[in-house]
Amino acid sequence: MNELRDLYREVILDHNRSPRNFGEIDGADRVVEGVNPLCGDRLTLYLKLDENRIDDIKFKGSGCAISMASSSLMTERVKGATVEESLSLFEKVHEMLAGQGNAIDELDKLAALSGVREFPTRVKCASLAWHALKSALSGTDDRVSTE
Amino acid sequence: MSASPKARPERLITDIASLRARFPALDQQVHGKRLVYLDNAASSQCPDVVLETMLEQQSRNHANVHRGVHALSQRATDAYEGAREKVRAYLNASGVDEIVFTRGTTESINLVASSLGGSLLEPGDEVLITQMEHHSNIIPWQLVCERTGARLVPAPITDRGEIDLDAFEKLLNERTRIVAVAHVSNALGTVNPVERIVELAHRAGAYVLVDGAQAMAHMRVDVQALDCDFYAFSGHKMFAPTGIGVLYAKRALLERMPPYQGGGEMILTVSFEKTVYNALPYKFEAGTPNITGAVALGAAVDFLSTIDFDALAAHEHRLLDYATEKVLALGAHVIGTAESKAGVLSFVLDRVHAHDVGTIVDSEGVAIRTGHHCAMPVMERFGVPATARASFALYNNADDVDRLILGLKRALEIFA
Ligand SMILES: Cc1ncc(COP(=O)(O)O)c(C=O)c1O
Repeated sequence: MNELRDLYREVILDHNRSPRNFGEIDGADRVVEGVNPLCGDRLTLYLKLDENRIDDIKFKGSGCAISMASSSLMTERVKGATVEESLSLFEKVHEMLAGQGNAIDELDKLAALSGVREFPTRVKCASLAWHALKSALSGTDDRVSTE
Repeated sequence: MSASPKARPERLITDIASLRARFPALDQQVHGKRLVYLDNAASSQCPDVVLETMLEQQSRNHANVHRGVHALSQRATDAYEGAREKVRAYLNASGVDEIVFTRGTTESINLVASSLGGSLLEPGDEVLITQMEHHSNIIPWQLVCERTGARLVPAPITDRGEIDLDAFEKLLNERTRIVAVAHVSNALGTVNPVERIVELAHRAGAYVLVDGAQAMAHMRVDVQALDCDFYAFSGHKMFAPTGIGVLYAKRALLERMPPYQGGGEMILTVSFEKTVYNALPYKFEAGTPNITGAVALGAAVDFLSTIDFDALAAHEHRLLDYATEKVLALGAHVIGTAESKAGVLSFVLDRVHAHDVGTIVDSEGVAIRTGHHCAMPVMERFGVPATARASFALYNNADDVDRLILGLKRALEIFA
């Protein structure tokens, strides 16, 4: 099935197998926990900020391939980015997952996540890490849920 | 107590495979493939007779019950009360006043927790459950314990997923007022020794609620032989629709218990000074009930009454054994390896998360459940975040298992 191949692209499988930035940050400035109650996915996101820039970002947790890969790809991409850049990226990813907008070209590697659009029940797996990031950057909540 | 309106069929159906044709939902394609439905522990499909009964009830006899002198109301009442009698006879309860219609297992347990628990429990009392309970047999007790100052005590389970009976027995004490335990575990498939548990609990002076949600589609239950005080189950896990369930309770207890909800149906006379509650079971059925649901449950019970349950058990065990052997051969780890199991196969694959397994087999037309199965303490106990669960009903066959295995092979291929 092509849709399945589109969901589980090589990039996704690779980041699931060997997630980047996996671990904790001692003395993190922000720690946010994200849960997806439907499937029990759980992740903790650690951020170290240097003024307006994400100096370091790591995540820990267990989840399906989509949520692991999404977390890994996200941390890879936003490490070193400014808060504004990251929040704007959140919006673009959000639009892509919702099947709207045409920001896919700007997303480069993150476009690999677009396969979930054909699998509505899996969108939450891909968006969990991003919601945690948004919450960490806006400092609103230290706990997010996809419900 | 009236006799069952229909005489027992002469010969019970032993050819279980022949029953599949009675379930129209199974005759469809999903993602271009023949549907293989293996999510029966979550909800089972309805046979033709249940569907026809619902259509008939809703198109010819729809009216409120116990309220009208007109013909349709009378027909609706007869059908509704007829269903109650069918359920009574099926469970071998001593009277129809012991059969309370509810929305399902969850509401049945909440009713007992709130009404019995709320009036009985005192600070320091204990409610004993087990580590394998569904959230709906945990949280209602947690709520009433918070309200009353009682303590919720979970009995441990073994590595095979069986209740540790020695530990259970030691946890029973003079403060234990209520024991609540699943007949069959939805996450592990374990069939619990409920007869023994009822005996032990009664000896300790506690009341016993058995959560029968996962038992009804697989075994015959005789509530008098079991001697439990309460037995709760859902229609939608035994070939009836959602939104209808049953609480069986011993009459003497229902008489003493305060009402759960207030409203129409559950009263005899009302004034602003004093309300006189209706007789059993109506005292516990506030508001207009799910009439069509109850009638459909009656039809499901009729359907089940035509089946030879020894043949059914043999059929389901053959399937379970076959499926277990096949998933083990793929390198899966089976969670729940009790000596006595119903048709539930919970497993994890090393390389593929349960959620990904679910999506991949679904694309092959195979429906299974993945996740924590509303039993997070079970997942915790076995150190897994989630499992994939295939659960069988009487209409499944070896072909269905083969299709599941094909789907799993595909998952392993993608995640090679
Ligand atoms: C063992 C067990 N208890 C209780 C329930 C709750 O049933 P319902 O959601 O129909 O109220 C379920 C079903 O999910 C179950 O499997």
